Amino acid sequence: MGELSRMWRESPNRYRLLGKKCGNCGRKYFPAREICPVCHRDSIGKMSDFELSGNGEIFTYTIVHEAPPAFSRQKPYVLALIKLEDGPMITGQVVDVDPDEIEVGKKVRSVFRKIAQDGKSGIIFYGYKFTLA
Amino acid sequence: MLSKNVYIIGAGEAKYGELWDRSLRDIAVEAGLKAVEDAGIRTRDLGAIYMSNSLGGDISMQEHLSALMSDHAGIATEFIPSMRIEASTASGGAAIREGYLAIKSGEYDIVMVGGAEKMTELYGNENIDITSSILDREWEAFEGATPAALAALSARKYIKDFNIPKEILAKLSVNDHLNASLNENAHFRNKITVEQALKATMIAEPLNLMDCAPLSDGASSIILASEDYVRKNGVEGVKMLSSAMSQGPFALHSRECIYSVEPTKRAARKALEDAKTKPEDISFVEVHDSYNIYGLMALEDLGFAEKGKAGKLIEEGIGLNDKLPVNPSGGLKAKGFPYGATGVGQAVEAYLQLKGKANKRQIKNPTKAMIHNMAGSGVASVVHILGVE
Ligand SMILES: [Zn+2]
Repeated sequence: MGELSRMWRESPNRYRLLGKKCGNCGRKYFPAREICPVCHRDSIGKMSDFELSGNGEIFTYTIVHEAPPAFSRQKPYVLALIKLEDGPMITGQVVDVDPDEIEVGKKVRSVFRKIAQDGKSGIIFYGYKFTLA
Repeated sequence: MLSKNVYIIGAGEAKYGELWDRSLRDIAVEAGLKAVEDAGIRTRDLGAIYMSNSLGGDISMQEHLSALMSDHAGIATEFIPSMRIEASTASGGAAIREGYLAIKSGEYDIVMVGGAEKMTELYGNENIDITSSILDREWEAFEGATPAALAALSARKYIKDFNIPKEILAKLSVNDHLNASLNENAHFRNKITVEQALKATMIAEPLNLMDCAPLSDGASSIILASEDYVRKNGVEGVKMLSSAMSQGPFALHSRECIYSVEPTKRAARKALEDAKTKPEDISFVEVHDSYNIYGLMALEDLGFAEKGKAGKLIEEGIGLNDKLPVNPSGGLKAKGFPYGATGVGQAVEAYLQLKGKANKRQIKNPTKAMIHNMAGSGVASVVHILGVE
């Protein structure tokens, strides 16, 4: 967890699940992009903020047993790819659940949580995680 | 003058493994000088040095490895241009490609391509934080993703969609260990059974320790030469039939499919086309199995099996005497996985096999080799096809 300013810079996007919508094709992106990978130059200047609902379903998941220092206290934890109902796929943890209850296809919703704590500075990072809907 | 063809004329390697008593510069120099010796050239003949390294800045706090290696090999006095090439775990393949292009352009007659990485200098799980820098730091690693976790996400989906038993994955690791037991430069020389592979410590479910390549120290080096040089000097090198690289979306969550790597498919298609060859004509393949699921996916994406059918290929046999030997070197799982050295190490193996110099693990009369080096979870892939007449 190096460069702390980098993590803070992205805070509004993390806290509100703020992505972008392409004004040319209507596709939605998270994390935010300034250029639509489908429309390329036709999307320049047409990307507008879009707040995702945070609702989605588990596309695939893993239970992480070997984790970096900032996540040591949380292990084992469930990490998943969540297919959001707005379109984008997102990587995030699924919490407040017995790992045995996790299944591909289960509905989830986003929650605002502590993500990790930097070992050296003690700084706490916040962002989105998911719980069963 | 443009060089029509490019040849590998020498190879050298420092043993892969946990080399506590050896530094990054020591192993890089050892591999480089061995390659020079094997090629029968003098260091002053080198037009350029391309050095592959992925994490030296973070792990050893050492950048510009190419210059350090060159200096400590005693050749700074030759004032040869050198640079470090970085493309994550595909750095080695990328460096080979840069060397290949430099000779093909006609700029140089001989270049060195080296790769070195020192992975074991980190304490405990600190290494997971550092190796996670090959992921999207802000939108994958920040959430708790690790390289193993991403491989596990693909593995879970693959196993579910194609309904394959976990044994299939284990068999690739078993094959790697068997081949590595015959490779004196391999990190692991022990054979393992499917049962042992299935019972190992869990890393990121469904993947356990035996599904994951280790962190290794290691260095590999090759010498490339132009057609002109090879002709004039009567050298019998291994011909580089093609070189291709492709890169796609960075984060796993941005991809169309999480168990098919589009850059691998595209690089393979281009490499086969340029070499005017088909998968059936390949004598053996080295696949980038940093996780055995990636090895399975590669066998499919490279064109050796249909999607979801690599298991059948593995069941039919991928040993040294089978139709398509896979990872004769021992692969990333057992020869070892020193990030930046890996891709160059695959070329060393292809060179030895095609020259009939692979000793106990020699494949019978191979003519064409395919080597596949991939970045991270499938961000980019480099495919080379090498051959002898
Ligand atoms: Zn668009």
